Order: sequence, then structure tokens, then C-alpha cells
Amino acid sequence: MIWLAVLLPFLGFLVNGWLSFFRPDAKRAVSVIGVGVLVASFISALAGVVGLAGAVHDAPYIVHMWSWMPVGELQVDLAFQVDELSAVMLMVVTGVGALIHVFSVGYMREDRSYPRYFAYLNLFVFFMLVLILGANFPVLFIGWEGVGLCSYLLIGFWFDDEAKATAGKKAFIMNRIGDFGLLLAMFMIFRAVGSLDFLEVFDAAPAAFVTNGPEITLITLLLFLGCIGKSAQIPLYTWLPDAMAGPTPVSALIHAATMVTAGVYLIARTNILFAMAPVSGAVVALVGAVTALFAATIALKQWDIKKVLAYSTVSQLGFMFVAVGVGAYAAGIFHLVTHAFFKALLFLGAGSVIHVMHHAYHHTHSGEDAQDMRNMGGLRKFMPWTAAVMWVATLAIAGVPGLSGFFSKDQILAEAFARGQGAFLFYVIWALGAVAALLTAFYMTRLMLYTFHGPNRTGEAEAKQLHEAPWVMTGPLVVLAAGSALGGFLNLPHVLPGAGWLEHWLKPVTEGSVPYLSEAHLSAGLEWRLMGLATLIAAAGMIAAWYFLKPDRLGAAKAAPAEAGVQRVLLNNYYVDELYNTLIVRPTDWVSRKVLWRIIDMGAIDGAVVHGAAKVSRLLGWIGTRFQTGNLGTYVVLFVIGVLFVLSAVAG
Amino acid sequence: MLLGPALGVSAILFSIGVLGVLIRRNAIIIFMCVELMLNAVNLSFVALAQQLGTDGQVFVFFVMTVAAAEAAVGFAIIIAIYRHKETLDLQNLNLLRG
Repeated sequence: MIWLAVLLPFLGFLVNGWLSFFRPDAKRAVSVIGVGVLVASFISALAGVVGLAGAVHDAPYIVHMWSWMPVGELQVDLAFQVDELSAVMLMVVTGVGALIHVFSVGYMREDRSYPRYFAYLNLFVFFMLVLILGANFPVLFIGWEGVGLCSYLLIGFWFDDEAKATAGKKAFIMNRIGDFGLLLAMFMIFRAVGSLDFLEVFDAAPAAFVTNGPEITLITLLLFLGCIGKSAQIPLYTWLPDAMAGPTPVSALIHAATMVTAGVYLIARTNILFAMAPVSGAVVALVGAVTALFAATIALKQWDIKKVLAYSTVSQLGFMFVAVGVGAYAAGIFHLVTHAFFKALLFLGAGSVIHVMHHAYHHTHSGEDAQDMRNMGGLRKFMPWTAAVMWVATLAIAGVPGLSGFFSKDQILAEAFARGQGAFLFYVIWALGAVAALLTAFYMTRLMLYTFHGPNRTGEAEAKQLHEAPWVMTGPLVVLAAGSALGGFLNLPHVLPGAGWLEHWLKPVTEGSVPYLSEAHLSAGLEWRLMGLATLIAAAGMIAAWYFLKPDRLGAAKAAPAEAGVQRVLLNNYYVDELYNTLIVRPTDWVSRKVLWRIIDMGAIDGAVVHGAAKVSRLLGWIGTRFQTGNLGTYVVLFVIGVLFVLSAVAG
Repeated sequence: MLLGPALGVSAILFSIGVLGVLIRRNAIIIFMCVELMLNAVNLSFVALAQQLGTDGQVFVFFVMTVAAAEAAVGFAIIIAIYRHKETLDLQNLNLLRG
């Protein structure tokens, strides 16, 4: 059944791709196929997962398709691995993916490239499934690169706008930096173990590597470099905010719920390698914690509703890396799942808002920015459903007790705190995460206040056009809201009854790393106190936002004064983009233009090699023409010399 | 028999022919020198045929036939060149210079 789940989105891609060329107006057919394959894929994945849960097995199911690269020692099969971890990812990708496909039917209805959009989206799901189901590193890598390609195609979906096409290129190029690390890690693993199959590598790892040795540390750091690129962590995070140039459902699916979490998945998958390299684990956790805080501060001051969510995603991904860095793999995957629910919901809700705002501005031919929160305000009167479900997601991400985000985030912080007894660094990481959680509550409340509360700032004529989004868009939101609210019950804290279901479910995947991880145990009292603190943090963030922010006094975007001081620094992402441009992009550009192009390409390659070859053959030709005197005597002399030469050769 | 002297005469005739082609400029003289070389070869064929069977003599007939055909075509060309250029000096016939 599992191969069907993978194949269906690919068929959808082929059919929709065909339609985009030959029947670009067949929107009804595209909707049915594009959404249908995802729903069918979800059902067959569900059947597979139910089968997995019901079966007694002591090893993951491997579905062999065919032998792909049999080269000497290197035996790579195209094979899928179905185990507890890929089952969780499978549910998230096909489930959330199907909801977002449904939403897209409404969101993209009036786009002229409608079939192309669904073709790309189907292709993305196909590659994402290859990524999470691959039974060895090369198959994972196909998916890894494939989702990068689809991300590029969908960020630059409206490629006639140059800024959007550039954002796509930026995402693609920054991901290449990470992929280079992943490739090197694969090479090193093959050199050490002689295999690239997950099962063989993880079985052989305890014997092949020295715990905390330089080799395993380097391998895991290189793997983490891949994760940094794909999951937008410091220092390669700047592509994700720019990726908001793509259609909003794309941001929800690729840049919040699935693709960007691939890095977390990779670390959870290779958990035994990371457990054997505690230094790398600490680096992962530290980078995650710093990113979580850093991105949260930037999100405080963004006006573009999608940019807030983008930085929020970077920040939440940081939390996940804290979890997998400290060795709490189940907690990381738990947050991945809950985040997929509430962040997809937030993005789709923002998509509804943008959709409606865009319509209103389009109606009055106003050139105002439909994504700027300063132009919104009071939208809850026009869009009650969207406002309600987005509040659910906001409360979840802020960490209000009972909702999914509270449990997952609290678990990550508790796991980090528990390891603080072993090394002080983990207390620092915990503190960074706690402050980031406070800021999360603040900036999400800010987003909600400015968007849905206070007076409406859209404009008199435009306000008449505001209305709730169609049901095809709000329907998926309601389903996701249920997930955001109840997702926490997947993995309740230890002190509650029915605790740790997901942790128990993932045990077969993570148990190999247990002997290498330091024992981390919190007393029940401490756990309750940490939960209380988390509640306090969430409440403090939200109340502070409510108290300090005055949506009543906010003016529309065109009348807004320019920010100054710290606010301006935050609005401009700490000028990191400018820093990268000055330090890396422009020098690279200069070297490419002046040295590589002018000197190496035009001088050495064109001048010496290409033109040189032409000159040599012309010279040889010129020498040849000197023999052609047109004078019979010359020919005869040469002829006789030749004959004498042959004769002497024969005689000699 | 007379094999040695016959081959010697053949060699001398052939060398004269080669030298003539090399040295002379007049097209007709060069042509005659080519004929001389052909007949030098004929002579050696005949001489050797005395000892090795009649194959060589058959070849002589081939050579004479080719030489006759060559003479017919060659003189026709020479006449055409002369009508066109009013000279047979090969120094002046170098249209094919590269």
C-alpha cells in the first residue's frame, strides 16, 4: 500500500503537468485530480500505518522496488522503509498536505497558471514522501533535492515578478550549501561503514565509530549542515522569510509544515549517530536555541503578516533542534507534528486574510499592500471563522495549557532543563528557549491584535468588499484547528495519565541511541513547576502584548512613520541580508565578474584553449598550403622523395 | 641468360625518365619521360618473365594498353593547354597554388 501513497502524487503531477500545457482552463479536472490523489494517498498511507501498528514486528518493513546502483561494494536499492518514525511523518505530510490542497482550490481559483500550481504541489508531495520513506541515504537525498526543487519552483511561481524569481533562486542556492554537507556526510559514512542503508549503518555504527570520536563528530556536523540549510537555522535562515514570495498555501505546506522540518526528521532518523557524538548534539541544541530566540526577536517587529509567520517558523524549528540536539528525539518529532498543525493553520488563516484583502484592494484598484498588518485591523467582524480558528492556533503556539503547542514546547524545555545537571550549557539553552517562548506569545498576540482587532484600517470603499473566505478554504482551517487543539494528547507529560504515547510509539526507532545518552530524569515536582513556569511565560507574553500594543492608535501603512532605533534594526532582520550581501554575495559577484569571467573564462579558457586550438589548426593548415605551389616540379620532387623513402624503408 | 644486363638497361632507362621528369619543363618532354619509365618497367617484366613464367609478359600488355590510353588523353590535354595558354612551360601552369 505504501508505494501507492508515493506513486499517486507523482501521477497527479504528470496529469496536471500535461493539462497545464494542453488544457490550461480545465480547472475543475485539475482540482479533482490534484486534491483526489492527495486524499487517496492519505487513505493508502493510513491503511499502511494501521497495518504497521497492528502487526507484531521486530524490524522495520523494507519495501524493495529495484536495485538502483549496484557498483562494486556500493549496493543502493530503491527501497522504502516503513517504521514508526516514517509513519508519523507520512501522516503529517499526506494529512496536512491534503488539507492544504483543498484550501488551494479556493486560494488559487483565479490564477491563470492553476494546473501548473497543482502539478508542482503534487510533485512536492511525491518528493517529500520519497524523503521520509527512503530506506537509505541516496533515496532520502533524491527526496531532499526534489523538495528543494519544488520549493524553488513554487517560491518563484509568479516568476514574472523579478523579486519573487530571485527569492526562489536564493532559497535554492542557500540550500545547496547545506546539501554539500549532507553529501560529504554520506561519503564519510560509506567510507566508514561500507553501506548507505539506514538499517545497516545504524547496526554497524556502534562498532564502526568511536563514541565522541572526531570521525562521528565530523559526520554528524556535516549532516547538521544539511539540516541548517533545509530547516533554515542560523546562519542559513535568510531564505525562509524571502520564500514568502510564493503562494500562501505553499508557505503553509512547504515552508512551515513539511519540507523545512526535514532537517529535524533527518536528525531523528540518524539519532544513533548524533547520540554517539555528544559534541554535535550540543552544537545542534545551541544553534537551535539561538535561532529560536534570534528569529523570535525579528518577528516582534515585522509588519508583513507572512513575514511574522516565517520568522516564527524559523524560531519553532529552532525549538525542534533543541529537542533533537539534547537527545529528546520523540519530543522533537512531537513538536514537529503539533507545529505542522498550528503553523499550517496560521499560514492558511493568513492566506484567507490575504485572499480577502487582495480582493478588496483589487476591487477598488488600490495599490495598497494586502499583506501589511497596518492595513488590516478589525477583521474579526468580517471573517469570524478565520479569526476564531487563528486564535486557536495562536493560543496553541503561545503555549496555553491544554493546547498542543503547550505540551510539545514544554516537553522540549523540560528535556533541556533535565540535562542541565550534566552540563551547564543546557541550562543556558533552556533559558534561551524560555525567553523565545515568551517572545512567541508576544508576537503572535500582536499579529492577532493588529489583524483581527481594533478599528479597520483597510479603507472605506475596501471595507465593503471584506467578507469571510469560501468554505473550501475555511473547512481545512477548522480541521487543522481541531488538530492544533488536540494534538497535545499525542504525547502528554510524564506526570499526567496516559503519558508519552508518541514517545512509546517511536521507541523502536530511538532505542538504539539510548545507551549513549546521559540519563535525564526530572522529579514530578520539578516537572509540575516547569509546566507552571511555561504557563506563566505564555500568559506573560500575551498579557504584555495586550497591555503594550494599542491597535487603536495604529495608522494605515501609507501613513505610518518610519521606524527608528532598535525597531528599525528588528524590522530589517538585524541587517543580516545586507551583511551577507556585503561579505559574501558582492565579493563572490566581483570575483566571478572580474576574475572568473574576465581573466579565467575570457582570458584562459576562451583565449588560450578555444582560440588557441583554432590558431594551431590554422597554422597547420597554412603550413600545408605552402606545399601546394601549383608547380608540377615541386609535386614530382616530393613524390620521388616519398618513393625513395618508402623504398628505403622496405629495403631496410 | 641476359637477365643482369637487361635489368641494368631497365634501371638506366628508368632513371633517365625520372631525371627527365624532374628537370625538364616542357610538358611534352615530361610526357615522353613518363613513357620512358613505363617502357623501362616493361623491359624488366619481359626479362624476368624469361625465368619466372609468362605472368610478366601478360602485364606488359596491360602496361602498353594503359600507356596508349594515357597518351591519347594526355596529348589531348596538352593540346588544350597549349591552345589556352600558348605555352607548354610548366613553370607558367600553377593555377592550383594554395
